Parts: sequence; C-alpha cells; structure tokens
Amino acid sequence: MDITGRGTDLHDFASAFAAAADLITNLDSQLVEIVALSLRVSLSAVFAAAVIGLPLGAAVALFKFPGRTAVVVALNALMGLPPVVVGLIVYLMLSRAGPLGTLGLLFSPTAMVAAQVILVTPIVAALARQVIEDLWAEYEEQMRSLGAGPAQALPALLWDGRFSLVTAILAGFGRASAEVGAVMIVGGNIDHVTRVMTTAIALEVSKGDLALALGLGIILLTLSAAVNGAAFLLKETAQRRNA
Amino acid sequence: MQTTADTILPLRLNDVSYQVGRMRLIKDMNLTLEAGPRTAIVGPNGAGKSLLLRLCHGLLKPTAGTISWQVADSRDAGSAQAMVFQRPVMLRRSVAANVDYALKLRGMGRDERHERIDEMLGRAGLRRLAGQPARVLSFGEQQRLALARAWALRPQVLFMDEATASLDPAATHSVEEMIHAIHAEGTRIVLTTHDLGQARRLSDEVIFMHRGRMLEYAPTEKFFEAPENDLAQAFVKGELLWWKRRELDTEPRHQPRYRR
Repeated sequence: MDITGRGTDLHDFASAFAAAADLITNLDSQLVEIVALSLRVSLSAVFAAAVIGLPLGAAVALFKFPGRTAVVVALNALMGLPPVVVGLIVYLMLSRAGPLGTLGLLFSPTAMVAAQVILVTPIVAALARQVIEDLWAEYEEQMRSLGAGPAQALPALLWDGRFSLVTAILAGFGRASAEVGAVMIVGGNIDHVTRVMTTAIALEVSKGDLALALGLGIILLTLSAAVNGAAFLLKETAQRRNA
Repeated sequence: MQTTADTILPLRLNDVSYQVGRMRLIKDMNLTLEAGPRTAIVGPNGAGKSLLLRLCHGLLKPTAGTISWQVADSRDAGSAQAMVFQRPVMLRRSVAANVDYALKLRGMGRDERHERIDEMLGRAGLRRLAGQPARVLSFGEQQRLALARAWALRPQVLFMDEATASLDPAATHSVEEMIHAIHAEGTRIVLTTHDLGQARRLSDEVIFMHRGRMLEYAPTEKFFEAPENDLAQAFVKGELLWWKRRELDTEPRHQPRYRR
C-alpha cells in the first residue's frame, strides 16, 4: 500500500488550494494572460460554431434531401471527435507543407480557434437539429397554413427554440474550454502566445508542479461553472418571462 | 376587402381519395363548396373530418382525384385561406408578435401591420394582453388569439378543426362570437365539430361523414330535422355508430347530392 503516495496527494490538494488562492489574490499577471487567452479562444470558437452550427442543424432538421439520415448520423458521431485527431488534421493543413501552410497560422491563437470550431460545430449542430426537429413537429401545420415552408420558418424556429439552444451552445463551450489535445498540437503551448489553461496544466503536471497544476485546474473549473451558471440564470429568467 | 372578381371559391373536390399505406381514409369524395354559407363537417371519430379539412386547405395532397380552387395559381389560393387548429399553436413570443409574424409572412408593411394587430386584438378582446407572452394565456385566450391571427389575414375561407373542442362553455361562446363576426365580414367558414349544438348554431349546411365517406350533405335545419341517411339519423339522435360499420361497408357506394 502506498501510504506515502496518499499523503502526498492530500498534501498536494491542500497546497493546490493555497496555490490557487495565491494566484488569484495576487492577480498573477501570467495567470491573467492565460485565463484571458483561454476565454478568448474558446468563446471565439463557440461563437463561430454557433453561427455555423445553429443554421446547419436547423437546415438538417427541416429539409428533406437524399442522404439526410447519413448526415444526421454523421453529425451525431462527430460530437465525439477526439480533440487530438482534430488537432493533428488542422496541424497538417496549416503546417508549412500543408495546403493552408502559406497562411502561416500554425502555433497561433487563430489556429487554436479553428481547431476548436471543428470540434464544437458538430455538437451545436447535432443538438440544434434535435431541438428544431421537435419544434417543427409542433409548428409545421400552422406554419404551412400561414404560408411558411421550411426555409421561411427556419429563422423563426431558431428564435423560438432559443432557450433550448442555449444549452446546445453551453455544451459546445464545455467542450471547447475543457479540451487540451487540439490546442496543444496546433497552438504548441508557447508561453505568452498560445498558452491556455488546459495546456498550462498539462505542462505543470509534466514538470511535476502538481500544486500549481491543480491550482490552475480549480480556476478553470470555477470559470466554467461561472459561465454555465450565468447562462443558466439568463435562460431561466428569460424563459420565465416568456413561459 | 376582396372583390368578387378575385374570389378563390368555389372549391371543387373531384373523386378525392386519401390513402395511408393500405388504409383508405378518405374515399371518392365529390364536393363543391360555393361562396357564402357556413359549413359544418360532422361525424364520429375517425370519419375523416380533419383529414378532409387538411386536404381542402392544402396541408395534405390527395392520393387520388383533384382539389381545385377557382384561381389557377395555388399560391394565390393559399394566401386567401387560413386555418385554426384544435390545439392553438402559439409561437414563443408575445401575443402581438404572434399576429405580427403571420402578417409579415404576407409581406405587409410595418405601419399597416401595427394598425391591423391593434384592431384584431381589440376585436378578440386581447388588447390588454398584447405584450404578454402568448404561451401564458389561458387555453381559451390562446384559441381567440389563433382566430385573431387567422382573421388578421382577411382570408376568403377559414377552416377550423374542432376549434372549441377543449374549451369550457364561456370560452366556447366567445370563440363562436368571433366566428359569427368573421363570417359577417364575408369569410367563408368551414369547420369540423363534435358538438351537434355548435353545428346547429354555427352552420348553414352540414356534411355528415362516416368512415371516410360523405354520407349526407344538406342544409343544417334539414339535416337535424330529417336526415336521409340512416347513419346520419342515428348520429343526430346521439346513438353510437360503431355497430353499423359492417352494414355500411357492404352498402353500395353512393354519393349524396346536396339537397335544398
């Protein structure tokens, strides 16, 4: 039995909280930079994924076309894309020899956003498809009666599904803020340039500074909880007003 | 207001059948609905009343036969009709915005929409609720809003599928008042109902359906006083019709003619 190991763990937890508290109270400039970049990358990615994924999901829900079932299955399957694989593919596209190599984007925040957009878009689209499909089942006859086919009804359905779609976007944000594989590969975890919370944690663990890694982890969890909590409250109040 | 020149009526159904899988749900319907009177479609559950309404309104395509309006362009015909459903479908937005959405789809300008919404909500007795989310309204208010939304489109023909089936007498009364007013302004009313009292109050002529066939088509008074068809007689008397099924199926096919 590894009693010492357990002792170390406990010690690590205690010092992790201390490290986290220390980082926050001192408003460590490096920490602020890392947190800011994390939020910037993930929120940009989620925003772009929402702009692409919501209409895409709605379109798959509303239009009948050959191969629709395959698209639905593909969207659902892509929700589980492994981040490292996405990272690798984006890496190959953006590397000097790759088709988009001339853009010189590898190891930049833009590359990280691009990778996360690929990860998050299927999640938003797949969940949006389900929401819009259910809503359309309820609305279809009335909409057609008013003279609106699927194309005209699409914006109205996205608007009417807004409360459920917030959850789809939050799921996307959860994915983006938690993943490490894709941003590590295409960002490279370069200090002051592409270091985000998850890659910083991975680095601290490999360096053996478990306390700092855990401290960062606590901050990441808190941030994630705060974003979700804020979105939930916003959704609840708006929903209560609109029943 | 529409002039007689661009009226979409009469509506003609020519040997219309509607089939799902091997089940024929509407069988060889021949029917002409002229402008003017209010029509109530009555009959037991599963008679095909709602299907007939949806076929007429264009929500379903007949699997055989033709349904045609006076106008050649089906889009013109579509925009001259409206329908109110048994369960009001309210968009997740305010009462006024629900009417606004329907008018916007018809390409109406903002100022005109604003006026029309105010007028319609006033007539439906919903003006004070204009800013409320439509989904917090009571069922009766929602149905009145659905009617106001349909009315705002100034349809030539208004279809109503069991519009008061889940309403209490007070709410039913106010919906029926609205239907009277809509008809008084020249809109052709075609409704389905389970409520024979309502059919009496709201219609000038009755179509009696049973198992996908039209068995009787007569002026309301005549239908209730002396229905010709034996199933219609039983139905008017309030008898249950299920035991008549076998007899009907062996009966020779016939198409009733409208008798004045």
